[in-house]
Amino acid sequence: MLLKKLILATSLAMSANAVYAGCGIESGRVNIVGNEFPAIHTVVKAAEACAGDGVTITANLTADHQKINLAGLQGNPAEYTSAIIANSSIVALINADVLRPLDDLIEKYGQDIPKSNLITIDGKVMAVAFMANAQHLTYRKDVLEQIGVEPPKTYEALLEAAKLIREKGIMENPVGGAYQSGWNLATEFVNMYIGAGGDFFKPGTAEVAINNAQGVAALEMMKALTEYMNPDFLTHDSNATGAEVEAGNVALMNMWGSRVGVLMDEDGAEEVVYSNVAVAGPMTVAGGTVPATTLWWDGWTVAKNISDEDAEATFVSMMTGTSPDILNDETMAQAVWMLEGYEPAPVNKGVFAAIQASAKPYPMLPYMGLLQTALGDNLSDYLQDKESAEAALSDIEATYTTAAKEKGFLN
Amino acid sequence: MKHKTFFWFVLPSSLAMLLFIFVPIISVAVQSVYVDHAQVIKQVENCGPFGCTTTTAVDQEATQAIQKASPLGRFAGLTTYLDRSHLAVKEVGAAWRSSAGLGEFYDKLVNLPFYKAMSFTLAYTFIVTPLVIIVGFIIAVAVNSATKKLRGPLIFFSLLPMMVTPLVGSLIIFWMVDARGVVGAALQYIAGDPNLSVKASTPLTWVMLMVYGVWHSAPFAFIVYYAGLQTVNNDTLESAMIDGASRWEQIRYVIIPHLLPLTTFIALMQLMDNFRVFEPIVSFSASAHATSLSWAIYNDLGGETRQLSSAAATSVLTILGIAILLMPVLVRTWRDFTRK
Repeated sequence: MLLKKLILATSLAMSANAVYAGCGIESGRVNIVGNEFPAIHTVVKAAEACAGDGVTITANLTADHQKINLAGLQGNPAEYTSAIIANSSIVALINADVLRPLDDLIEKYGQDIPKSNLITIDGKVMAVAFMANAQHLTYRKDVLEQIGVEPPKTYEALLEAAKLIREKGIMENPVGGAYQSGWNLATEFVNMYIGAGGDFFKPGTAEVAINNAQGVAALEMMKALTEYMNPDFLTHDSNATGAEVEAGNVALMNMWGSRVGVLMDEDGAEEVVYSNVAVAGPMTVAGGTVPATTLWWDGWTVAKNISDEDAEATFVSMMTGTSPDILNDETMAQAVWMLEGYEPAPVNKGVFAAIQASAKPYPMLPYMGLLQTALGDNLSDYLQDKESAEAALSDIEATYTTAAKEKGFLN
Repeated sequence: MKHKTFFWFVLPSSLAMLLFIFVPIISVAVQSVYVDHAQVIKQVENCGPFGCTTTTAVDQEATQAIQKASPLGRFAGLTTYLDRSHLAVKEVGAAWRSSAGLGEFYDKLVNLPFYKAMSFTLAYTFIVTPLVIIVGFIIAVAVNSATKKLRGPLIFFSLLPMMVTPLVGSLIIFWMVDARGVVGAALQYIAGDPNLSVKASTPLTWVMLMVYGVWHSAPFAFIVYYAGLQTVNNDTLESAMIDGASRWEQIRYVIIPHLLPLTTFIALMQLMDNFRVFEPIVSFSASAHATSLSWAIYNDLGGETRQLSSAAATSVLTILGIAILLMPVLVRTWRDFTRK
């Protein structure tokens, strides 16, 4: 028995060594900060294969990553040598100038990284993307069959289906949505406003311009949807919305691709629920042609304030963590991987549909974070009937303008 | 004590207070009168998996040069205090001029973030503080009159709410008042309204937050009062009994006057605690209905684009608010002290 264990341990150590040798780095410190979901765990686990005698690899994966990544990269030397971020958060890090341009490292090590995965800003590569995400229609097949309706392609059709479901007494509040006051609610408005064909800022400036017909249309659709939602919708984030689906209370919603896998597995729901959850492309709104959703990528970066040695170790280990070798039966369905050899699973269909429908990426503007905060703070008054759509939009503009003046984006 | 001995005695604590309390407050105050430099924005081309777009970005080199020249930022004076996110002088003036009555003016006022936060903070402070004192006192008297054997377990259970971490305690209540939770479903049954939702209604959310506040803080008042009750002079109580005082009269004329200094202490602590109400708003996800000054600071710092000056200004206003609130209590304590 002991012998068996010993042999196992030795062979494991040897295989780790083999990977380490394949990594091609001998020294350096790697410390990764990032969000916490299955796909990111896979990446970090694969990156850890580079750990060896001279290389230490640690990671801090947490849902609060946005609150700590900037502070963790600002020191000199920085606490984290790599931050795994999405297209919204990279802007905050670039604004603070804590990311290292990767061009020299790509030339040295990263020839194999597909060009389309490189996030280039002003001619410099600042991040390497490895997966895509988007919100799209997620629905219950059986419920739609019961009312004899096809999966809706527009929000207007979704409202009609919701009405039918309520009228037939199948569900009281069939629509779900991550409408929690704050970041979630703001994201839903961003989706809807893009779908209605609006632009957030006057072209080329930091002056906000959302108090217009498109803004009102977006708000009115959001309000119409909330009529069919659980009355507590302002406290429901993506997790709580998922729980509503698993409890069998929701049949139609706009949901993150990366969250649907959980709804389709056997945990936490009855068979009738999880075997009937299906995805389709994102919906359009108000006769628009652009889907009312945003495209997101997740990618990794290298900190600026670290030694060249650590930067190289970080680059190589993150590259190993996001190499096509990580794809296997288990990891394949975790995300829409932007890696060679990736084959979409049914759960990923919605994100692909979003990309094919030429949905717009979430805007990468230096002042978008301020608008997101202003939206999150001011939308709930309208949804609670405390003020008109125009008043809510003008509150948002005023809040944003005050913040943008303080941050030096406006005079 | 000699002056010299006294000096060396208090030096370590004075230094610690200077370093950890005074200096940070000064730093926050300085931060609040500065804002970020004007950002140098340039047109850039962004490319990624979803194609290329022309967009804007901060010009790092130019911005850093400005930053190096004056690291604190632009001096803004009191503009941050007066802007719409804080005292909103201009907006309040406009609301006053355009409002037909006081009700309309109030509605417009609480639409501004600072006054919205202030209205809840003050309501919370002035409703929760007296309730905590009253409830804590009642529990203390009740426990004190229980038989000796029961007292130990009773004290333990009465203290439980304070031992539970605020975030965890409020999360538990949060799920209990959910429309599908124990309390939420019971309320729907009692009211006969299946659509009643505590989380969706502003007044009910306020009530829930305040009930939570009393539940969480009453044990503090209880334990202080309970300790005080052990010091009540038995002779006075006995003579009152002999004079035929009822139980209520004993409490009214002997116990309450005896515990008055403790009440001042509890009121002081609770006013400070309740004025910076924060955790329940986060864990009840109640920011759509109720915000507080502390929550506003958290919100400024928690966004991806941190608003340090705004958070600093709110912090200074919070400190001023606490100072004003405590003034009557402090003045009273000072008078008591000098009279002796």
